Amino acid sequence: MTKNIMIVGVGGQGSLLASKLLGRLLVDEGYDVKVSEVHGMSQRGGSVVTYVRFGDKVYSPVIEDGEADFIVSFEKIEAARYVQNLKKDGIIIVNTQQIDPMPVIIGSATYPADIINEMKSKGIHVDDIDALSMANEAGSSKACNIVLMGRLAKYFDMPKEKWIAAIEKCVKPQFVEINKKAFELGYNC
Amino acid sequence: MKDLLIGNAAVARGLYEAGCAVISSYPGTPSTEITEFFSKYDDVYSEWAPNEKVAMEAAFGSALRGKRSACCMKHVGLNVAADPLFTMSYTGVNAGIVICVADDPGMHSSQNEQDSRHYAIAAKLPMLEPSDSQEALDFAKLAYEISEEYDTPVLLKMCTRVAHSQSIVALGERQEITKEYTKNPQKYIMTPGNAIRRHPFVEERTKKLTEYAETSPLNRIEEGDGSHDFGIITSSTSYQYVKEAFGDSVSVLKLGMINPLPVKLIKDFAAKVGKVYVIEELDPIVETHCKNIGVDVIGKDKFSILGEFSQKSIEQAFEMADKTVFALDTDIPVRPPMMCSGCPHRGMYYVLAKNKITVLGDIGCYTLGAAPPLNALDMTLCMGASVSGIHGYNKAGGEETENKTVCVIGDSTFMHSGVTGLINIAYNQSNSTVIILDNSITGMTGHQQNPTTGYSIKGDPAGKVNLEDLCHSIGINSVRVVDPYKLEECERVLKEELAKNEPSVIISRRPCVLLKYVKPKKPLWVNPEKCRGCKKCMKFGCPSISFRDGHAVVDETLCVGCGVCAQLCPFDAFESEVPAND
Repeated sequence: MTKNIMIVGVGGQGSLLASKLLGRLLVDEGYDVKVSEVHGMSQRGGSVVTYVRFGDKVYSPVIEDGEADFIVSFEKIEAARYVQNLKKDGIIIVNTQQIDPMPVIIGSATYPADIINEMKSKGIHVDDIDALSMANEAGSSKACNIVLMGRLAKYFDMPKEKWIAAIEKCVKPQFVEINKKAFELGYNC
Repeated sequence: MKDLLIGNAAVARGLYEAGCAVISSYPGTPSTEITEFFSKYDDVYSEWAPNEKVAMEAAFGSALRGKRSACCMKHVGLNVAADPLFTMSYTGVNAGIVICVADDPGMHSSQNEQDSRHYAIAAKLPMLEPSDSQEALDFAKLAYEISEEYDTPVLLKMCTRVAHSQSIVALGERQEITKEYTKNPQKYIMTPGNAIRRHPFVEERTKKLTEYAETSPLNRIEEGDGSHDFGIITSSTSYQYVKEAFGDSVSVLKLGMINPLPVKLIKDFAAKVGKVYVIEELDPIVETHCKNIGVDVIGKDKFSILGEFSQKSIEQAFEMADKTVFALDTDIPVRPPMMCSGCPHRGMYYVLAKNKITVLGDIGCYTLGAAPPLNALDMTLCMGASVSGIHGYNKAGGEETENKTVCVIGDSTFMHSGVTGLINIAYNQSNSTVIILDNSITGMTGHQQNPTTGYSIKGDPAGKVNLEDLCHSIGINSVRVVDPYKLEECERVLKEELAKNEPSVIISRRPCVLLKYVKPKKPLWVNPEKCRGCKKCMKFGCPSISFRDGHAVVDETLCVGCGVCAQLCPFDAFESEVPAND
């Protein structure tokens, strides 16, 4: 049975490292894996999405409406943007950080005020955490991605040590300690 | 050894294992990473060429000399390289040549949605089309064998999903291949007298390649274990969507070689199943072929000619049950891409927009200047068209347009095909003002070196084109350099150059803020006692500045301290020293 994880956020937030970590972990576990993302124009502060799929045999590299077991969102309204991709019993992990898109900055649109509660009121399983604060606590705001991976790991039937080993393989040596701390903070919160 | 690789990295590995010794390319999404990954090998030669035509001709030269070569480009890059492509079909090769071309259905990062398969048909060249990373590696290797056996360049067609999706790949060993070079004018000098003798060879080659397509492992029938009421002919990423939707229940003819297409194989497949569907992204290439050989198929009547497919588009076409989805009541504001905080292009665009200048644009990060709030662009067509275009615009507009129109083009795009347009301006003397937005890198595709940066693809010191000298030498007398972080200077020079009655070039020079050697300054902050909420700074479109509770606020995690906003504020509210937090 193929499992589907989407990582969504704003270009530049570090989703690439999160998908690299997941890919490494899942390949080491012996799964067939596909990871898909789009480079280029969308990286310039636009909305970005990465698909991670794993199982015995994975065909399509993309995740469609109603197919995601997990959505990990680096930003509040990005979670809402992709919510139609979530399965009925799927879980959406949201970093409660707010990043204004350009239409909000220039006043042609407003940032939805209470989007997390609206999602919860629709019966969506939302796990919202302040990953940015935890990343700062770990030593760098850039470690937000690993805090969120720590949170995702909680829902996986896989020993924590394997995640830590994958971090050690994917992260530059000088950043391993910060990222291990960030992972623990996300995992234990 | 097994690895998780994006399709483009797998192509690079395949080229390497096949003994490719020289690669020459011009960057373009979604093809760029092939050349970047290849350049990591130290026992081969890699380069960024000024454009795709130069790259393809360099690859041709290498193969002529006897070393396997490659060049890579996006779909629109193949338009630029079409000239050598069509005649290389006649000359054939000595050592093999693989030309990688990456289409962008859905236009994630492109100006059109053209289908490169037309080129394979038009130039009468074989084209292979992988559907995942393992095939990308295997097909790249096989492409060299086909190239040398059939004496032809081979096109390897990628698309965004195959190029940028990672899947598991088994790696092999590199082999070294060298062919002897012997002079052969009848084969390599394409004068009419020789070319007329090569054309029959090309036609004969296509017949032989069609025979190969009938039995090649590139094309295979996967017999379904369910109903045979219908079967599906497909290729590339569409194959993955078909398998996702149907699993092993439906019979599939999976095509890995898209030109020339087999005849008997398709007829045999059609005879085994009821209806035949052709599922291919973009144009009806396979569908048209099937109809031409008398096989009745359903294609574009059922599956869109536009954009990308997915398992969903196939499930919907076959009226399979929709999956239940969550829907929210609140409208979510769009999040378009934009120029980064501290982007040097923004200052120049602000000055152009403020002075209501007509701006003919070009291809690169700076195309984002078209977006609100700057809305600074009037036109974007293709690489180099801003410079050639302003010449025609001013020849038509004369005095009505000459002093209120400019064109903007990046350093890499100027090297690619802007310089020829500037030569036309100098030669045929239009009173045009050309702005070169020189950020010292090829930005949009992810920081590739180019002839103006002074560094090679590997980051080693290289030749460096001096833009000022180049412009002078082709006959532009007025060449000015400005710093786009200095708004007054930009505005003054812009007005002076527009007022002149001769061609001129303004080089707006400051390195891309994302370059590693560009160190960000301390973030600014807005002193709320000084800010009166006039929103003048909001007209500039900086992602670091937002408006909260009647005041501008700077996001200190994004701000790089470029200081342009401070030049816009009438009340000096932007300050560099944040007060101590007590």
